[in-house]
Amino acid sequence: MKDWRRWLAQALLYGLFALFIGVFSRWPTYQALPPDQALLKVSFIHHGQHVAPCRPYTPDELAKLPPNMRAPLKCDRARAPVEIEVDLDGATVFRHVAPAGGLSHDGASSVYHRLQVAAGEHRIAVRLKDGPGAGYTREATVRLAPAQVLVIDFDPQKGGITFS
Amino acid sequence: MRPWLRALDHRFDDAFGAGANPLKQLGALAFLVLWLLAATGIVLYALLETSAEGAYRSIGAGGALRGLHRYGADAFALLAVLHLVREWLLGRYAGFRRHSWTTGVILLPLLFACAIGGFWLHWDRLGQFSATATAEWLDALPFFESPLARNFLHGAVGDRLFSLLVFIHLGLPLLLVFGCWAHVQRIGTARVFPRRGLAAGTLLTLLLLALVLPAHSEGPADLASVPSAIALDWLLLFVHPLAQWTSAAATWGLLALALAALLLLPFVPRQSSEPVAQVDPAHCNGCGLCVADCPFAAITLVPHPARRGGVQLAQVRAASCASCGICTGACPSSSPWRKGTILATGIALPHRSLARVRERLRTGGACIVVFGCEHGARLESLADAKVVAVTLPCSGMLPPSFVDYALRQGADRVLVSTCREGGCEFRLGPRWTTERLHGEREPRLRADVPAARWRVVPADAGEEDRLREALETLQ
Repeated sequence: MKDWRRWLAQALLYGLFALFIGVFSRWPTYQALPPDQALLKVSFIHHGQHVAPCRPYTPDELAKLPPNMRAPLKCDRARAPVEIEVDLDGATVFRHVAPAGGLSHDGASSVYHRLQVAAGEHRIAVRLKDGPGAGYTREATVRLAPAQVLVIDFDPQKGGITFS
Repeated sequence: MRPWLRALDHRFDDAFGAGANPLKQLGALAFLVLWLLAATGIVLYALLETSAEGAYRSIGAGGALRGLHRYGADAFALLAVLHLVREWLLGRYAGFRRHSWTTGVILLPLLFACAIGGFWLHWDRLGQFSATATAEWLDALPFFESPLARNFLHGAVGDRLFSLLVFIHLGLPLLLVFGCWAHVQRIGTARVFPRRGLAAGTLLTLLLLALVLPAHSEGPADLASVPSAIALDWLLLFVHPLAQWTSAAATWGLLALALAALLLLPFVPRQSSEPVAQVDPAHCNGCGLCVADCPFAAITLVPHPARRGGVQLAQVRAASCASCGICTGACPSSSPWRKGTILATGIALPHRSLARVRERLRTGGACIVVFGCEHGARLESLADAKVVAVTLPCSGMLPPSFVDYALRQGADRVLVSTCREGGCEFRLGPRWTTERLHGEREPRLRADVPAARWRVVPADAGEEDRLREALETLQ
């Protein structure tokens, strides 16, 4: 091959290499969320209530325990699963029972879930139950801008279910 | 597939020259880009403010340096994948190549993990999208007690978490470098730097790309909203759309299947391999030439069991031996001048005896002797009463003294046919043969052998015309 042809072929191949990288490092544009949509992220980490209340040891049970382990109360480690329901404009869009973590089911229950919704005004109702009893509820009307993220979390320190 | 690949190689040979053909040096090019990534990465790290707030500000919206690092990563992934595909198409993954194949396949996910982690450090909208998508993808695995994606929910990412992201992008590349070292451990004289011209061309191309098209920024991260339309780097971040189009679990399954298939490929039963090289302790003096020349690092030196005074003995690791015979060509004992009816050499292939080659040269009575490689141009096509054709497993098996011997036995001329540079089935055959015959490498061809009476011709399979043409010129 003549010299100038070799140089031309090399320039062409280097150019193709650069073009391939240059193009596919930014194109085509990826639409991670449709333009008129917003995102609800339902997520919490929360310990459910103990499955059984603490009770005093019976004298027989205490006798079987080594002296250094004779505590006044016996508490079961297992915790109840945490249930959550999310209603959007009157319809239930998410329902989940999060089991307690850990081998002995004594850890926290956790949830992370994405819900894609149309941007605009919505009535959102959330119900959370972490054991026997009434549980927690929160209801609100929110206006979601396109691409906005609304996080539905649970924090007992902040009064329970939070929207942020 | 091989003839097509060879034809493509020849087109690239025409443009770049056989020695600088990028298709034959994809692994070396990947190494080059890895060094580029390390150099640009160190400078970028010096400039980076390692906090979530400061990272975006410190690196800026773009710049050639970041572009060079980014496009370098794209090029690294591209070259590594092309390298893998080429080796697969050439059937170079089993037997003595199993180690290199397996380590190479393991490096692929590590490479992408390193690259994906790099996008987070700029902490722009693309980094935010990638970090969140990666966390959501990882949450599909049953290992995590609480969702990782919760780290990217409220307000801003904390500096402690950001430091962890920085650590990931420092730790994984270090692991990658270590993996690359392991990858070439069973390769003798591994090429970890391409030909100078090719290296310069590649670096210049990436630099020009970075200057013409600086790495862009998607604006600072904001966890209160989703980056909806993103200029995604499809070469490195393809896994995020894949997980969204299918599901996180399906993507894990798909990638695990692909990885398992690639890892199991070398274990698929194939036709039995040829006998490996054997060392004859009576004729090996432990000079180490075979160790230096073995293309797959299959030979080591151990203390000689029968000799004293620190004499060593070559030892062949059977699993790594390619049965190419290059060690026989390197062995000083592979000399046709040795006395004895049987030509015994220090290291030899039991099924490809040099004694038979010597016998052919003695009884040949022809004008021209042609030594060739069974993977290169077919010598059978030269059928002629005046030609003695000797086919070897690789041209590197030819001890230079056999050229001298052939001439002294009555041959007018000797032609040595090798594969084209970079096209050797056993990597180094043509290079060692040429260097030995030109007196640049041990064992050398004697200097007083007239250069006009022998010639080396690079000719791949299918290029028999080249050989015939060289033969006519010699005659």
